[in-house]
Amino acid sequence: MSVRGTVRALPTLLRVGFADSVAYRAEMLVWVLATTMPLVMLALWTTVAQGAPIGRYGEPQFIAYFLATFIVRQLTGSWAFYEMNFEVRNGTLAMRLLRPIHPLWAYAAEGLAAMPMRFLVSLPVAFIALALVGRTAVTHDPWTWALWVVSVAGAWLLTLFVNLVIGSLSLFVESTVKLMDAWLVFYFVLSGYLIPVDLFPHALRVVVDWLPFRYQIGLPVELMTGAHDHRTAVALLARQWAWVGVGAAVTSIAWQRGVRRFAAYGG
Amino acid sequence: MPPRSGPAAHRRARAGTVLRNAAKRLPARSSVVIRVRGLRKHYRVHERPPGIAAALRSVFRRTYTTVAAVDGIDFDIAAGERVGFLGPNGAGKTTTLKVLSGLLHPTSGEVAVGGHEPRRREDAFLKTIMLVLGQKQQLLWDLPPSETFELNRAVYDVPRAQYEATVRELTELLDLGDLVRKPTRTLSLGERMKCELAAALIHRPKVLFLDEPTIGLDVSMQASVRDFVKSYNERYAATLILTSHYMEDVAQLCPRVIVIDKGKLVYDGALEELVARIRPDKRIVLRFARAVDARDLAPFGHVVRHDAGQSVLDVHKDAVNRVVTQALAQLPVSDLTVENPPLEEVMSELFARGRQAAS
Repeated sequence: MSVRGTVRALPTLLRVGFADSVAYRAEMLVWVLATTMPLVMLALWTTVAQGAPIGRYGEPQFIAYFLATFIVRQLTGSWAFYEMNFEVRNGTLAMRLLRPIHPLWAYAAEGLAAMPMRFLVSLPVAFIALALVGRTAVTHDPWTWALWVVSVAGAWLLTLFVNLVIGSLSLFVESTVKLMDAWLVFYFVLSGYLIPVDLFPHALRVVVDWLPFRYQIGLPVELMTGAHDHRTAVALLARQWAWVGVGAAVTSIAWQRGVRRFAAYGG
Repeated sequence: MPPRSGPAAHRRARAGTVLRNAAKRLPARSSVVIRVRGLRKHYRVHERPPGIAAALRSVFRRTYTTVAAVDGIDFDIAAGERVGFLGPNGAGKTTTLKVLSGLLHPTSGEVAVGGHEPRRREDAFLKTIMLVLGQKQQLLWDLPPSETFELNRAVYDVPRAQYEATVRELTELLDLGDLVRKPTRTLSLGERMKCELAAALIHRPKVLFLDEPTIGLDVSMQASVRDFVKSYNERYAATLILTSHYMEDVAQLCPRVIVIDKGKLVYDGALEELVARIRPDKRIVLRFARAVDARDLAPFGHVVRHDAGQSVLDVHKDAVNRVVTQALAQLPVSDLTVENPPLEEVMSELFARGRQAAS
């Protein structure tokens, strides 16, 4: 489908995707519960920090950091991989391929369509965070907020591309659940999701700076909590968007080669 | 197996001729919508014997075999035709439909549908075709079918007025009523298939591939799906290829059949002609006013089935008039019907002979 056609279809895709995302109330509740790990880490780290600050993090900083992590996670999450892997294995990817809209656009639209629900979850948390730790816990600089918006968009795209690349690999090896599990292990440890990246040993941090994981969640959280000046923020954003570019290129290659091999398992 | 004489052996010999002379029905070039030449689709399949040792070995060293799902077939289909695509399980029917709809890339050969090369999956191509897979669904599981209709309207860029007219028409033809407003997951199999068909036709495709559209449906639902498919074909002059294990679907819908077995084309022509060639017999069903001994029926033809009140005979078509006259004169017949042999039997005989000829 042409870009114009896709844009024309987008409102309907988003509306139907939203309806689909709220179809199961019980599933919604489970989904919310499944993303509360930062709140668990919040409790853990604030207890550890009661004795003395760890790095630049005292109790209020940990509270701000992990509430920000929770919010950013809601805004940047993508579950396209699970959908793709399932559809490849049972052959229903065929139904997407028959439609005159690129399946990757459709996955992206479905991810975006779930955003309003995520806002519903994350906005109250944002207000609670402000009430708990005060307005000083987040940056007051409008330019940093503008960069934050760009970083959230980059983090969402990067996470989406990771999902689409690993999902596309299902077209080669039938199931890539284990590969996704392995990615998630690195993601949880190296992205700043469980441990702020600036608490890593220096040598590891140098490596982490060049890996994609931090740009999936850590960078927006750091910007939100005012951890960087403008120059550093822009430099980190440049690395994030370089990874977005790499993600887009690898997604395109993996999809195009994979779809040629598609053989509708079980069909 | 030693050679056998009798009607069955005679029929096998005739079938060999049919297999060798598979009629090619090629429509006039100008009206051709689907053109297939030398189509091959070969899969590389991983093979592993059972057992833990074999499982461990397969981690380090895998053995593959190549399966010729479709092995060099040719056919043309004209605009508006209804064609039955027949073959035993694993014959290559679904693979061919997937190649025609652009889901699979052929290993070799030429395929054109409506002037497009399906493997490119261009928008203009996708907007003119639809593949309905009886065992796969496009309906959104947790939402009412009306949401999938709306999604397809947007994706296929169907003008609002045309969309509303199409939905009205499909709702009436398929008797959908309130079904479209209930979540798909709450619908019965038959209701879901009707909604699947409606969702597939929102953009009024000119070429329709139906793979087992009536699978699992009860007899009345099968009939209503058949009626609908036929009326869609007639109303929009849509070209239609159907695969089904229910021979009644094929008999009711498809004047022409293409038969493939082990990836090769074994027949392409009129359904009636196929039946006449494979089984030039007629089936005479006799109901009796009183019990008749099976031995008394032997002179009339081959006794397929016999019980006290009813017998079924296979009789060569040229002998039907004589046998009917004699039966009415000599037996206590209360009712008599003459029909073609069941298509299921024709097909299983065709495939059995094909296998025998190959061995």
